[in-house]
Amino acid sequence: MAFARSRQAFAIAGVLGLALSATACGTGNDKKSDSAGGSAECAAYEKYGDNDGKKVTIYSSIRDIEADRLAESWKQFEDCTGIEIDHEGSAEFEAQLGVRVDGGNAPDLAFIPQPGLVKRFVDSGKLKPVGADTKKMAEENYPADWLKYSTVNGQLYGAPLGSNVKSFVWYSPKTFKEKGWTVPTSWDELIKLSDQIAATGAKPWCAGIESGDATGWPATDWIEDVMLRTQTPEVYDQWTSHGIPFNDPKVVEAVDKAGTILKNEKYMNGGYGGVKSIATTAFGEAGLPITTGKCALHRQASFYANQWPKGTKVAEDGDVFAFYFPAIDASKGKPVLGGGEFVAAFNDRPEVQAVQTYLASGEYANSRAKIGDWVSANNKLDLANVTNPIDKLSVQILQDKSTVFRFDGSDLMPATVGAGTFWKGMVDWINGKDTATVLQGIESSWK
Amino acid sequence: MEFDFAEEQPKFLMLMYGLIAFVAVVGGLLLLLDVVPAWFARRREAQIVAASASGAPLPRRRKPREGMFALFFLLPTLLLLTIGLVVPAIRTTLLSFMDGSSNEWVGLRNYGWMFSEDSIVRVLINTLVWVLLVPLVATSFGLLYAIMVDKARFESVAKSLIFLPMAISFVGASIIWKFVYAYRGDGQEQIGLLNQIVVSLGGEPKQWLLESPLNTLLLIVIMVWIQAGFAMVVLSAAIKAIPADIVEAARLDGVTPWQMFWQITLPSIRPALIVVVVTLSIATLKVFDIVRTSTNGNYDTSVIANEMYNQAFRYGQNGQGSALAVFLFILVIPIVIYQIRNIRQQREG
Repeated sequence: MAFARSRQAFAIAGVLGLALSATACGTGNDKKSDSAGGSAECAAYEKYGDNDGKKVTIYSSIRDIEADRLAESWKQFEDCTGIEIDHEGSAEFEAQLGVRVDGGNAPDLAFIPQPGLVKRFVDSGKLKPVGADTKKMAEENYPADWLKYSTVNGQLYGAPLGSNVKSFVWYSPKTFKEKGWTVPTSWDELIKLSDQIAATGAKPWCAGIESGDATGWPATDWIEDVMLRTQTPEVYDQWTSHGIPFNDPKVVEAVDKAGTILKNEKYMNGGYGGVKSIATTAFGEAGLPITTGKCALHRQASFYANQWPKGTKVAEDGDVFAFYFPAIDASKGKPVLGGGEFVAAFNDRPEVQAVQTYLASGEYANSRAKIGDWVSANNKLDLANVTNPIDKLSVQILQDKSTVFRFDGSDLMPATVGAGTFWKGMVDWINGKDTATVLQGIESSWK
Repeated sequence: MEFDFAEEQPKFLMLMYGLIAFVAVVGGLLLLLDVVPAWFARRREAQIVAASASGAPLPRRRKPREGMFALFFLLPTLLLLTIGLVVPAIRTTLLSFMDGSSNEWVGLRNYGWMFSEDSIVRVLINTLVWVLLVPLVATSFGLLYAIMVDKARFESVAKSLIFLPMAISFVGASIIWKFVYAYRGDGQEQIGLLNQIVVSLGGEPKQWLLESPLNTLLLIVIMVWIQAGFAMVVLSAAIKAIPADIVEAARLDGVTPWQMFWQITLPSIRPALIVVVVTLSIATLKVFDIVRTSTNGNYDTSVIANEMYNQAFRYGQNGQGSALAVFLFILVIPIVIYQIRNIRQQREG
């Protein structure tokens, strides 16, 4: 019996030995770090210092193709400086970032799309303010408005990276041409067009706010966009910073105004059912009936360009395109709602700062834009490098001096409200709850 | 999109490393478990041989060494239990008395919040509905099924049919049922089974997951669907274990099937029944995946575990999340105590 046992042990030891030797073979091919420093292509990167062989980890919500594009966008920087950038994208970014940071496993850099979250990490003392180089680069390249969002207690905690413009209404130029409709340039024209379409028995609008555990956010964008149009930007700022209560009459007015479209059974919800179907329609699918003519209008951000089925031509003369969500009161200027992510650092080693500075630079913005489907408020971004028409339009709007830009309000609010009760409240609101009750509920959660 | 092996090479390399690490760790553990006892056995064998050769009495096993041996195997478990269970439990309890960012002590405020905030009270009520309904329905269903298929033809086929859902993860099951409940507008092609049935019968399609409290009941159906198989298997085994002579004696006494069920079957399988109900109760208290996948707690369907995750990890309200976790923990304790007492009584009796 003892003999049989030892033979068994021998077999297991054999497998183990094999495994160990295989491991030894596997570690042979290290990443080649041939820093071609000195060549003409690398001249622009010399200022990032001597950090050859260092590694910087980045954590973000960017995955799949977008992540591959990211890796491509900083490839030259990696080759020239010798800094290895290790990017990890996660679908659970918002929840997991906190877990990682609290667990002492913070990434060097994170692309945080919510200023509210930046503030939370600053308050708990986890984030490092940017270095002098990054600060200078950020101030040179980004509008002061944008830097304000990542500034806490007078300290800058990261430059913006990508951006998106949310004040768009998607439509089909083809259908518009066929039916003889014109692109509305004012709120009144927009309503008139909606009534005109509704009169034919069709549903003019489509919308959907289902988005997994983020269900509700598209509706908050609606409210924010309307809020910017019925109120001044200053009131908007008070609202997002809790200077006025969430159930202030001004907010009630904006929500009800949005409700004249969103909760109008005559308008909603082309191709999907009644108003309540907005709650269960996936955000990605919501606008698709435009391509089949079941609805005509869909208010959604520039990044919705990625949602259209393969082969759909996104252009002013194509299958789908977007027009600017018109202002209600022309005298208040051209309000634009948008979003974007900020490059915040949990560590301030020199190589981390070098990457942070580089990501704020014009070189980076152009390098990323050339790869496609990307928008940024970086003013060094050359419009010629922006490939698709909707991104071009977005960049134009962002760089337009007459634009009154405001950041997505729910991203500015504390997560309990901005990613919690506001989203949930909007779901209830679409589902039939009245405005006052919903806003009262959100207000009581904001402590 | 084309799949380029050369491009994906790093990922495959990573996969290989993972597999190798797995083999190394598991292999190492197996080796340890095999070599160490074998070594002890060989030593003892040698001792016996030596003792019998010299004619001396057989060496007695020394107790202390066995104690050491037991400790050697217990230590990893104790260590992991401490790291993974005891420490987090204490930390969570402490956090539940602190504010959202875990900086200041707030006393019982988080617990007050839990019972005063309307939406959270709703969550507590939902959890109560789950815990009352799932064990009851799943167990009755499993019991009924077990009795019905007992000694029937194709018993094993019938049993595997109801046991199959057990093999599906909660998330997978929820996605399947989400399709069953799916909604498309009136006049469109329905993709949801339930709505297609309604439409075929001349009704109007409904948004099943939108209306409270119907939606919670529909989510409970998913859990019952998964768990009824478990109840059925355990109860069926218990029914088969009832001594044949008791059943026969009852038959000779002329009991009706109804009497047979209430006076013979049920008392005989009582221990198994309790195990099933307790296990299901605990599983139900912890339910998270189904709610998160199906509705994400929207439309008044949230339960404690889901709300706990949201508060602690998504909203950054560690205190409130921890308070919910502690409350959940407290709810489980009486069930566990009941179960332990039961096992002890059975052993003694």
